[in-house]
Amino acid sequence: MNTTSHAPSCVHDRAIPSTGANNLGMNDRVKRLRRRSFEAQPSLSIERALIETRFYRENYGKYPIPILRALNFLEICKRKTIYIGEDELIVGERGPRPKAVPTFPELTCHSVEDLHILNTRELQRYTISQADIDTYEREVIPYWKGRTQRERIFGHVPKAWKEAYEVGMFTEFMEQRAPGHTALDGKVYQYGLLDLKRRVEGELGALDFMNDPEATDKQEELTAMSISCDAAILLAERHADLADEMSLTEKDPRRAAELRKIAEVCRWVPAHAPRTYWEAIQMYWFVHLGTITELNGWDAMNPGHFDQHLAPFYEREVAAGTLTRDEAKELMSCFFIKVNNHTAPPKVGITAKESGTYNDFTNLNIGGIRADGSDGVSEVSYIMLETIEELHILQPGSAIHVSARTPERFLRAGCRVIRQGHGYPSVFNPDVYVQELMRQGKSLRDAREGGCSGCIEVGAFGKEAYVLTGYLNVPKILEVTLHDGVDPVSGRAVGLKTGDPRGFRTYEELYEAFMRQVRYFVDMKVRVSNYIDRMFAKYAPATFLSLFIDDCIAKGRDYYDRGPRYNTTYIQCTGLGTVTDSLSALRKHVFDDKSFTMEALLGALADNFEGHEPMRQLILNRTPFFGNDDPYADEIAVKVFDDLYDAIEGKPNTKGECFHLNMLSTTCHVYFGKVMGATPNGRLAGRAISDGTSPSHGADTHGPSAVIKSLGKLDQVKSGGTLLNQRFLPSLLKREEDLSKLASLIRSYFALGGHHIQFNIVDSETLHAAQKCPEDYRDLLVRVAGYSDYFNDMNADLQADVIARTEQETF
Amino acid sequence: MLLFDIKRYAINDGPGIRVTIFMKGCPLACVWCHNPEGISPRAERLYTRKRCIGCGACVNACPAGALTLTEAGILADRASCRACGRCAAVCPTLAAEMSGRAYTADEIMREIEKETLFMDRSEGGVTFCGGEPLSHPADLVALLDRCGASGIHRAVDTTLFASPDTVRRVMARTDLFLVDLKHMDSGSHRRFTGVPNEPILSNLRMIAEAGADFLIRVPLIEGVNADEENIARSATFLASLPWRRKVVNLLPYHDIGKGKHDKRGTLYNPANLPLSTPSEAVLRRCIDQFAARGITASVGG
Repeated sequence: MNTTSHAPSCVHDRAIPSTGANNLGMNDRVKRLRRRSFEAQPSLSIERALIETRFYRENYGKYPIPILRALNFLEICKRKTIYIGEDELIVGERGPRPKAVPTFPELTCHSVEDLHILNTRELQRYTISQADIDTYEREVIPYWKGRTQRERIFGHVPKAWKEAYEVGMFTEFMEQRAPGHTALDGKVYQYGLLDLKRRVEGELGALDFMNDPEATDKQEELTAMSISCDAAILLAERHADLADEMSLTEKDPRRAAELRKIAEVCRWVPAHAPRTYWEAIQMYWFVHLGTITELNGWDAMNPGHFDQHLAPFYEREVAAGTLTRDEAKELMSCFFIKVNNHTAPPKVGITAKESGTYNDFTNLNIGGIRADGSDGVSEVSYIMLETIEELHILQPGSAIHVSARTPERFLRAGCRVIRQGHGYPSVFNPDVYVQELMRQGKSLRDAREGGCSGCIEVGAFGKEAYVLTGYLNVPKILEVTLHDGVDPVSGRAVGLKTGDPRGFRTYEELYEAFMRQVRYFVDMKVRVSNYIDRMFAKYAPATFLSLFIDDCIAKGRDYYDRGPRYNTTYIQCTGLGTVTDSLSALRKHVFDDKSFTMEALLGALADNFEGHEPMRQLILNRTPFFGNDDPYADEIAVKVFDDLYDAIEGKPNTKGECFHLNMLSTTCHVYFGKVMGATPNGRLAGRAISDGTSPSHGADTHGPSAVIKSLGKLDQVKSGGTLLNQRFLPSLLKREEDLSKLASLIRSYFALGGHHIQFNIVDSETLHAAQKCPEDYRDLLVRVAGYSDYFNDMNADLQADVIARTEQETF
Repeated sequence: MLLFDIKRYAINDGPGIRVTIFMKGCPLACVWCHNPEGISPRAERLYTRKRCIGCGACVNACPAGALTLTEAGILADRASCRACGRCAAVCPTLAAEMSGRAYTADEIMREIEKETLFMDRSEGGVTFCGGEPLSHPADLVALLDRCGASGIHRAVDTTLFASPDTVRRVMARTDLFLVDLKHMDSGSHRRFTGVPNEPILSNLRMIAEAGADFLIRVPLIEGVNADEENIARSATFLASLPWRRKVVNLLPYHDIGKGKHDKRGTLYNPANLPLSTPSEAVLRRCIDQFAARGITASVGG
């Protein structure tokens, strides 16, 4: 089964990939760091939970919540184990060692059973010792019982919501993690924490307790921000102390000098604004670390336009002769490996099925445009591309941003990395996402400084809290519609009674019933999301993160409580391909051609098409499907997209702003497929639904240009992001000129208003999967000069031959 | 006119991103042909065993009674099949397909114009191939004129096995020829393709002398044309032409065309001629041989 919806899932979590010819640029230090990073087994660390639980036990109730949270953060920074690894230049770990992941019991508290499962499950395992489990059971779990954010939320939600949630109509991100998706702008390279602290104190001094009814709240929040500055500075100083101490006993004089340098860097940043390229990277890393230590935000944290921020440091130092290109690349590699060492904290319950990945989704934006609209590509952009190509690691994710101004040379360099087949980088279109952001009300400058954080969602970097609330299973809403409000898988009545579909005389009647259900579930989700928003504002303010997001300091309000300049809430709709193809099949075969009745189709769905293979084949082969530049299907997709937009857009959130449509799926389309029966597009029960805005697996049989034409018909500016995965056989990217053609294809999509595209270069593993499950891979067209045929149609010998060639051609 | 395929995002049939139009019917019958379904100028039934679920719908639909459902799938009596296409119309899995569908020029232009965005950005265009596009001069000329009027770059992928007059008419409306050069010895050419090579070589000289732009594609097959002598003769001949581009694409032989024969129910290479893929060493030698004559040869294209 193809489950690659999100670039990171294309990269294998554990195995050390053979890098072939790519070792060229990596020096020995980077090779060693990379190997250790691969070899480190993700584990759970109970240290943070222990510090926090003791702190809460003693202090809860003594302080206002924001100050309590800041003091808790200070306590962690004061007590946590400091780690500096062999060979490291950029330092700082969230846990006591690489890939040691803390827990966040204030949000969700793992049970003993959870810990055992995590320790023993086969995939995405997190090791933990029995002694630690015992300690957790004794010290941590009893205190948090009834006090976690998750319990607060589940104690509140209406029964109808809970039922819909349980059958898989939607997911809810914040039931066990904090709202994340945060990317920074350039502030942290201009101001140190001492500067920010002075600004916070200025605001404190200016509070007007006479005329401002919120002055007390602001005082609490600002005081908490000030404490958070101290906490992060302390954390850095502890690293400096350890580095100095290690340098005294270090036998290798070169390493001893490096350790002294590390100490010097950590004594300067984050207290002060960085002066050098090295300090700039370390500065960002401390801010990153603080943010993911303070809370567990969904989609860790993101430096935003990292190349644009680093370019001035790089250029200045290279000109002055104090930094070489190789040194700059080495530091970049050290940073990448740091990110890779920060495995996502594990989840419990239902979301463990949804997102089985170690990835914490830091997604680097490379290239793009600057705030003044000029081209953002610099030498640092190329250094980052080289680093991606050489390291080939799970994290960080990366994307090239290609506007009309982006030089062809840069796009081609990006295409060359894409050809390596790691799934990175994906490609974004600033010319469209700037419009998306401006449509939502951002200023031109703030929109241009924006980009994409974790996956494909857009936001104004350093100025916005954009909260993804969870995925909406749109195909399942159609499934429920076809059963008059009942989920046929569980038998539970979760939706509205919109009528027995056998009674629908027209396609339009069916479609209207479907849309009524869509609006019903959207409204249900909005209500609970708004409640959760308030829970975070009240109980889990992010007083450290708030320092870096305008205008939290100026407003004296938290990141989660209207502090940011912009406050967006997204609902991510999944399965556009599946739902379009299902509606197209219903329209064509039941209403237009009358090839079979609704009754017959419902019977076949109930039987999972067993005994109805001719009907299923008719659907698979004689239905206009989305992704083929076929107006019959594409018009349905456009209508669904526009109507989803209407259902979501403008619903008020708790921050004086509103909800927007997003079209992301990450790996959730796999989970959503599992909770669904067979669908009218011929998809069998339990199979994944389509990802993002991509066509259904194998439905696009007319090549990539037809896919792009179909996607180009959606008015993507109305969304906060769409996602297109395109499968490519390596033979399509063999020659240099093929890269130019790929670049043209990307530019063409972007000219049509495309937001994002990424390429999964098919490897032999995919071809083996295609042999096992041909219908999901009907799009695999094998092309040799003067010849082409569908992979599925080839006999076993020829398939074996194509597999062998593919193995040679991929790197 | 009868087409057997229209391929979008075609990147191996000339510069840029192209649409390739496959015109049905070819006067040659090369033993290694990759697209044997393009040889006959008439529509024909193709059958893909792997897709067949044995529902028998085609057996019932066939007015000639030419089809039988067996353990091994559908058996067709090729002699009584009238290629009416009813089997393909009812087949739910597309196991039965018709190769060769009639298109009007308008329909073809609509398909081509779907890709203009990509063509414009990549300096691509349209490529007419086959079969042998020169076998349908009137249709081809009409389409070339319409593409020309829309400013679309036109390539013709051809054997040049046609009357000089046809070649001249097409040449006036073609931006680039992709010419297949299979063998310099007419007897061998006839043996492997069914036709002599004199008309091809003289047409090639004619278009070269007229200043037409072309590149040469050589399907390189050990046992047929990869030997030192034939390559030397090819290179000498090509070097003697007045020719700006001087580019040869070598397409190493592959027996991937076998699968298409299975679909047609015909036998691949029935005379069992010794065909094999040229080794790296042979490829290198061929490239050197061309280079010695000032011609840039490369693998693929």
